Amino acid sequence: MDLQYTPKQQAFRAEVRAWMAAHVPQRRLKSYDTAEGFEEHRAWERVLNSGRFGMVTWPEALGGRGADLIEWLIFEEEYYRAGAPGRVNQNGIFLLGPTLMEYGTAEQKARFLPRMAAGDDIWAQGWSEPGAGSDMAAIRTKAIRDGDHYVINGQKTWSTRAVFADWCFGLFRTDPESSRHHGMSFILVPLDTPGITRRPIPQLDGEPGFAELFFDDVRVPVGNRLGDEGQGWNIAMATAGFERGLMLRSPARFQETAKRLVQLYRRHEARVSPGVRDLVLKAWMDAEAYALNTYMTASRLIAGGKIGQEASLNKIFWSELDRSMHETALSILGARGELLASGLDEADDITRWLKGFLFSLAGPIYAGANEIQRNIIAERLLNLPR
Amino acid sequence: MKFAFTEDQLLFRDTVRDFLAAECGPAQVRECAAGEGRSPARWAKLVEMGLTGLTVPEAQGGLGLSLVDGVLIVEEAGRAALPEPLVDQIAIAAPLLAAFADRTDVAEILAGIAAGTVKLAAGHPLDPFVADAGDADYLLLGREDALHLVPRGRVTVTAEVSVDPLRRIAAVDWTPGNDTLLSADPAILDRMLDLGGLAAAAQGLGLAQTMVDLAADYARTRQQFGKAIGSFQAVKHHLATVQVAIEFARAPVYKAAFTLAPRDISHARVAVIDAAAAAARTAIQVFGAMGYTYEVDLHFFMKRAWALAGVWGDRHYHLARLSRMVLSDDAALGADGTFADK
Repeated sequence: MDLQYTPKQQAFRAEVRAWMAAHVPQRRLKSYDTAEGFEEHRAWERVLNSGRFGMVTWPEALGGRGADLIEWLIFEEEYYRAGAPGRVNQNGIFLLGPTLMEYGTAEQKARFLPRMAAGDDIWAQGWSEPGAGSDMAAIRTKAIRDGDHYVINGQKTWSTRAVFADWCFGLFRTDPESSRHHGMSFILVPLDTPGITRRPIPQLDGEPGFAELFFDDVRVPVGNRLGDEGQGWNIAMATAGFERGLMLRSPARFQETAKRLVQLYRRHEARVSPGVRDLVLKAWMDAEAYALNTYMTASRLIAGGKIGQEASLNKIFWSELDRSMHETALSILGARGELLASGLDEADDITRWLKGFLFSLAGPIYAGANEIQRNIIAERLLNLPR
Repeated sequence: MKFAFTEDQLLFRDTVRDFLAAECGPAQVRECAAGEGRSPARWAKLVEMGLTGLTVPEAQGGLGLSLVDGVLIVEEAGRAALPEPLVDQIAIAAPLLAAFADRTDVAEILAGIAAGTVKLAAGHPLDPFVADAGDADYLLLGREDALHLVPRGRVTVTAEVSVDPLRRIAAVDWTPGNDTLLSADPAILDRMLDLGGLAAAAQGLGLAQTMVDLAADYARTRQQFGKAIGSFQAVKHHLATVQVAIEFARAPVYKAAFTLAPRDISHARVAVIDAAAAAARTAIQVFGAMGYTYEVDLHFFMKRAWALAGVWGDRHYHLARLSRMVLSDDAALGADGTFADK
């Protein structure tokens, strides 16, 4: 055990910090759940890529730096420390990216990854359907082989930023006779293909952050399939593992929220009840614990280990931590906590807490509802019967 | 940066876990509680394995290992609810005494710990009672910012009864003297408290996991409505929630063992107190009425966890200390403060 950064790691941190200080936009970008904000964030992805900071863990040939997971954590820490914009392409870089690395052909990697890193292709997910939420194996949308194409018919929903995105990846039933987790394939679909209708769904804050996708005889080349036909479920599970696990929710964002919460508490300490102190301390401890746990996982993975069911433990922990930190913040803010926007100087911070709170409510639902995660822990870690 | 134990450390941990599973299973703990409360035969085997000398310097015949090695062993002692006072030797007494090994009498005591011929008990002024004081050859006791090394003959021990039938606690009456003074370093009692806090936290991790494991075992076999109660989501989710709390108390304990920094120890302490309390509360609920009996083994682990929650600085003490460090002007907050202390 050695809990000190190496000189190389320290140098990397210094490099990221300096680059972020020079490049992070001074003004907060518009929400990436709006058309205008989406393009602002795409532009930011291009700036990141120009510094080869789009996805530091990727090989250099694909626009990355070949960074290991510890360096990735350092990058994320500096990213959140600098207050850099959210990653509009997170579905691509954190989920599809690693999946492509593992299951994609050389041709697919070369075709998709550099454009993904550059922000040229922003990706949405096409997994959930009206009848297949937590029960993802109930997917019905079909992709039927017709020569060198699949013809897709059906409907996907809760597809994050699909109104604005360029592509979606998803799970489609390629064997119409199949049921449950058999007979599905993982297919990449350009969202401007004829036959696709996108219907925005306004989310809790009113913005069209996700969409329903309707597929009506949508023709997609067979070469857009990832992995073998019928292997879709296994690939999707690997992607879900990335989502719940290390990549999507790096600890730095929660540590940054905890830091802001401590600062908020200290400004209001005199007027809030004494019990709030313990909630703030708990937030700090839990954010630290999540970071420490991630460093342990990263160390294990670097040594050749695999991520397993602990992804479910992580998902429960960060999503409930995020919600509870925002609840505490709003409770401290009291009557000002309803302030969504105004010309007041303090409004920006309050709005951040409020919007963060609304978003935190989605955490225990998406990426596999926490009830599903608890089932996984109970059945696969504690060996309780199904 | 490498937040991982070595293969050797994990292998040693596994050896101790296997040994305790064979020699200190719940049935043996029960037997111990019904009898003398301590097993000299088991103690002799622990000594033979070199465990009492784990953190004793090699010059005094110990293994000279650190608390990073030690924390895994202490966790196993907790997992088994080991009745014998191994933890106080390896996680509190030896690390404290090792700094004074140039004193001949201290060196001899350290050698005695490693050889299994000398036992120490340790009591911090914050705590009203000292565990295993009656059987100790020497006591490490604090008074007015100073740490004293007191022979058993110089103290009066009044036994008290703990909720944990296997904890032997006592009030200790003593008078400090120049000949008992070990250190007047103003930081020495804080260090003692930190070592005790780390030891309690690491044991709590092991205890919490055993409580979850016992409850899961029961839930797999106990049938109601024609099926195992562990198939019901209400039961599954209770246990899964505790498992999350245990997993996220783990890394803070291991980090604290590496840094021995007060902030890390208080964090580990609070996280484990909460996780172990949740494990006890949940496990008894899963066991139902059986959990409320003396017949089921669960209570030995619950009681140890309850007792350890209060000693070596309780939850309030550690939260107050944490608040001074986290809610202060110069606190290192945010991600770049995580590994800043060492």
